[in-house]
Amino acid sequence: MSTVTAPADTTKAPAKKSGGFTAAASNYLDERTSISAAVKEFGRKIFPDHWSFLLGEVALYSFVIILLSGTFLTFFFQASMAEVHYEGSYIPLKGVEMSAAMASTLDISFDIRGGLLMRQVHHWAALLFVASIGLHMLRVFFTGAFRKPRELNWVIGFVLFILAMAEGFTGYSLPDDLLSGNGLRIIDGMVKGIPVIGTWTSYLLFGGEFPGTEIVGRLYSLHILLLPAMVLAFIALHLLFVVVHKHTQYAGPGHTEQNVVGYPVLPVYAAKAGGFFFIVFGVVMLIASLFTINPIWNYGPYDPSPVSAGTQPDWYIGFADGGLRLAPSNLDLVLFNHTFSFGILLPLAVIGIFIVAVMFYPFLEAWITGDKREHHILDRPRNAATRTAIGAAGVTFYAVLWAAASSDIIATHFSVTMEGVIRTLQVLLFVGPVIAYFVTKRICLGLQKKDREIALHGYESGRIVRLPGGEYIEVHEPVSDYERWKLASHEEYKPLMIRPNSRGKITVAQKVRAGLSRWFFEDRISPVTRTEIESSHGDHH
Amino acid sequence: MAQDGNSGTELAAADSSDHGHGTELAVGTAVVATDAVPNPGFPPHRPRVTDLDPKKEKRAERTVYTLFYLSAAGSIWAIAAYMMFPIEPENLNSVRANNLFIGLGLALALLALGIGAVHWGKALMHDQEGIDMRHPTRGSESTRDRAVEVFAEANEESGFGRRSLIRNSLIGALIAFPLPAVVLFRGLAPEGPEANPVRLLEHTMWKKGDRLARDPSGVPIKAVDVTIGSVFHVIPEELANLGHSEGYLEEKAKAIVLLMRLKPEDLVEDEDKKDWSYDGIVAYSKVCTHVGCPVALYEQQTHHLLCPCHQSQFDVTNHCAVIFGPAARPLPQLPIAVDDEGYLVAQSDFLEPVGPSFWERH
Ligand code: FES
Repeated sequence: MSTVTAPADTTKAPAKKSGGFTAAASNYLDERTSISAAVKEFGRKIFPDHWSFLLGEVALYSFVIILLSGTFLTFFFQASMAEVHYEGSYIPLKGVEMSAAMASTLDISFDIRGGLLMRQVHHWAALLFVASIGLHMLRVFFTGAFRKPRELNWVIGFVLFILAMAEGFTGYSLPDDLLSGNGLRIIDGMVKGIPVIGTWTSYLLFGGEFPGTEIVGRLYSLHILLLPAMVLAFIALHLLFVVVHKHTQYAGPGHTEQNVVGYPVLPVYAAKAGGFFFIVFGVVMLIASLFTINPIWNYGPYDPSPVSAGTQPDWYIGFADGGLRLAPSNLDLVLFNHTFSFGILLPLAVIGIFIVAVMFYPFLEAWITGDKREHHILDRPRNAATRTAIGAAGVTFYAVLWAAASSDIIATHFSVTMEGVIRTLQVLLFVGPVIAYFVTKRICLGLQKKDREIALHGYESGRIVRLPGGEYIEVHEPVSDYERWKLASHEEYKPLMIRPNSRGKITVAQKVRAGLSRWFFEDRISPVTRTEIESSHGDHH
Repeated sequence: MAQDGNSGTELAAADSSDHGHGTELAVGTAVVATDAVPNPGFPPHRPRVTDLDPKKEKRAERTVYTLFYLSAAGSIWAIAAYMMFPIEPENLNSVRANNLFIGLGLALALLALGIGAVHWGKALMHDQEGIDMRHPTRGSESTRDRAVEVFAEANEESGFGRRSLIRNSLIGALIAFPLPAVVLFRGLAPEGPEANPVRLLEHTMWKKGDRLARDPSGVPIKAVDVTIGSVFHVIPEELANLGHSEGYLEEKAKAIVLLMRLKPEDLVEDEDKKDWSYDGIVAYSKVCTHVGCPVALYEQQTHHLLCPCHQSQFDVTNHCAVIFGPAARPLPQLPIAVDDEGYLVAQSDFLEPVGPSFWERH
C-alpha cells in the first residue's frame, strides 16, 4: 500500500470520458490482460534512493547491453574451428591459416562497419558486469542486507556472480586467438589435475586431444544459450525477491522496520532508473569508441608454441590465476599408481573453501546471533564491527590472490625479484587478512565511540571558550534529533550464554555457537540510550 | 514528508509493535532496548530551488528538452558517420575512424538521453518521498494453515502417503530417468579402441631418428649450428608437413621442444641419462608440467627456463628440475643424437608423458 498522494493539480479531471487513442488502447489491453491490476499494484511501489543501490542496477543494465551487443555479434561470428586462410582486410595476417572463429572475429573487427565498436561494447560491458556484481555484493555484505529474509537472495546473487565469470571466460575463449587458446590450455591442465575424472573430463570437453576442433563450438553453445538463460532465470528470481521483500533502506528519521521510504516507480523512479540505464550504456559506448580492448589481431591465431610474458587474463579471472601462482613447487604425489596433483588441487581447494564460505556467510551469522526477526534497515558497517572486519579480511584475501596474478608485472615494475614477490604474497595471503581483520575492527569500534560522543555531546566545533571560573572548554554544536537518530538507532547484540538444554546437557553445537558469538560480540559499544541523552543535556556546554 | 498526514500515527504504531508483526519472533542475542532513543519521525520537507523559483524551473525544463534534442542529434550523427566513414579495405585508419565516430554519436545519444531523464526526475518531478508499509514475508496464519490443508487434501486424494509402493517406484523412476542423459555425453569425444586419452597423453609424435627442426619452418637443425648459449624452438621435422586437419595443433601441443647448448662441464647429468645429450646440447619438452603453457623464456646466464604463465622456473643444468613456482615435476628430456649428416635427431619418444600431471600418470 502506498500512501503517496499525487500533487493536487494532476488529480482534477476525474475519469476522462472514454475517448482518445490512449484510453482506447489501454481499455483494449486491460480487457485482454488485466494489466490495470499490475499498474495498480506496482505503479506507485516505493523504491528508496541511495547511490549504493545503483550498483545492482549497473549490473542489470550491463547485462542488457551485453545481450544487445552480443546478439549483433552472433550474426557475424562463426563458431567453427575449421581451418581457413584469412583473406580479410587486416594485411599482417593475410593468408595465415586460422580457424573460422578467428577469421570471422577479424572480419567483425575490420570489415563490418560498427563491428569493432560492438565487439568492444560487448567486452567492456562484460568487464563492467562482473565488476558491478562484485561491488554490489560488497555493498550488500557490509550493510548486512543479506540478513533475514534475504539470505536466499544472497545465494542467488552469488550464483549470478559465478555465472557472470563463466560467461566471461567462455566468451573470452571464442575468438580462438593466441591468448584465449593459452587460457584454454590452462583450463585443460587444471581439469587434468582433478583426481579420477580429470583426464576423461578434458578428453570429452575438447572432443579428443587438446585443442581439437570442437571446443569453440561447445563453448559457444554455453556462452549464448545455456549460460545466458541461466543468468536470466536467476536475475528474474533475484528481482522477484526484491519485490517480495521490498527494498532495504538505510537508517534515517522516520524510517522503520515496517516501512519503506522513497520514490514511487511512476514517475520518479522510472525516470531515474530508466535514465540511468542510458547513462551506463552511454559510458560503455564512450569507452568502447575510445579504448581498444582485446586486440586479437596483435596476438594472432592460436598456436601451442609461442607465448609472450606479461599477458593478463580478464580481471575477474585474476584471483584464480593468482591462486595457481602461489602454490609451492613439486607438490605431485604418486600413490597407488595414481598422481595426486596437489600443485593444482591445493589452490583449487583454497579458492573453493573461500567461495563456499562467502556463499553461506548469511546462514552462519544468523546461527550465531539466533536472531529470527526480519531486518530491513541496513547496518552502518561500523556498527557491525566483527562482520565488517571479516569482510575486510575477505577482501584482503581476494586482493592478494588478485595481485599474485600480476606477480611478474609487479616484479619488473618495481625491479624486485619474482621470488621475493611470490614469497611475500604467499605470506600475505594468510597474514594479510588477519591484520586487515584487527585493524578494521579497531577502526569500527573507534568510529562507534565517536558516534556515541557526537550523539551525546554534539560535534566539536573547534571553538574554545573560557568559563567564568577560568576553565577552558571546547564548545560542542548539538546534533539535531534527526542526525542523532542515525547515530543511535542501531541495535546491540551480546554474546550468547551457554545454557543447558531441556535435558540438562550442553551440546557441542552450543559450545561452538557460544564461542563464535563471543568472538563476534565481545568487543562492543552500546548505542546511546534515551536516559543518557537526557542526562547529558544537563552538562551541555 | 509533509504530505503524509497519517505517517506520524503509522510510525507510532509501528514503533510500539517493533519487529513483531503479531507473531513474536526470537530476537536471539540481540539486546531489546527498553530505553532506546525515540525515532524523531520524518524531518520537514525541504523544497528545491526549482520548486521556489519559476525561473530556475524554466531553466531546468529547457535543459531537459535540450538534452533530449541533443540525444536525437547524436543518433543522427551516428547514422551519418556510418555512411560518411566507410571501411576501406586494408585501411586501418578507416576502421579507427568508423569506430570512433559511430561510437561518439551513439555515446552522445545515450548519455544525453539518460542525463536528461535523470535531470527531469530530480529537478522537475514531484519530489516528496512516499511510504509503503511492509508486511512480514511469512504468510499469515490462515494462509499457512490453508497451504498445509491443501497438501493434506492432495495427499488424501492421491494417496501419495498411503500407497507407498506407488510412491517409492515413482521416486525410483524419477532418479533413473536423467541417467541416460549422462551416458549420451560419451559421444563428446571419439570412441573405439584407439580412443583412450591416457594412451594419447603418454606418447608424442617423436620417434627414433626424427630430425629436430625449427618451429614453425620445419628446417632441420645441425649440431654445429647450435652455438653455446643459443636456444632453439623445435618441432619434429615431419610436423611441418602436417595440415591443420591432420592433427597439426594436437601433435604440436605435445611435441614442442626447447633445444639449448651449454658448456658440457655446466651440465650435471644423471648416470643413466648421460647419453641423452650431445656435446652439451640438451632438448627438453616445452610444455610446462604445471598446467601446460609453453615454457618460452630462457635465461642464458643462469641456465634457467621460465614459464610465463605462472612463473615456474626450471634448471637446465640439472635435468630441468623445478627450482621455483608451482610446477610439480621437471620438464621431460628428449634423448637426442646426431645422424650421419650432422643433423640432430631424437633417440626415441619422450620416456614419460609430457605436460601437466593427470590421474593415471605414474
Ligand atoms: S603453466 Fe607453467 S607455470 Fe603454470
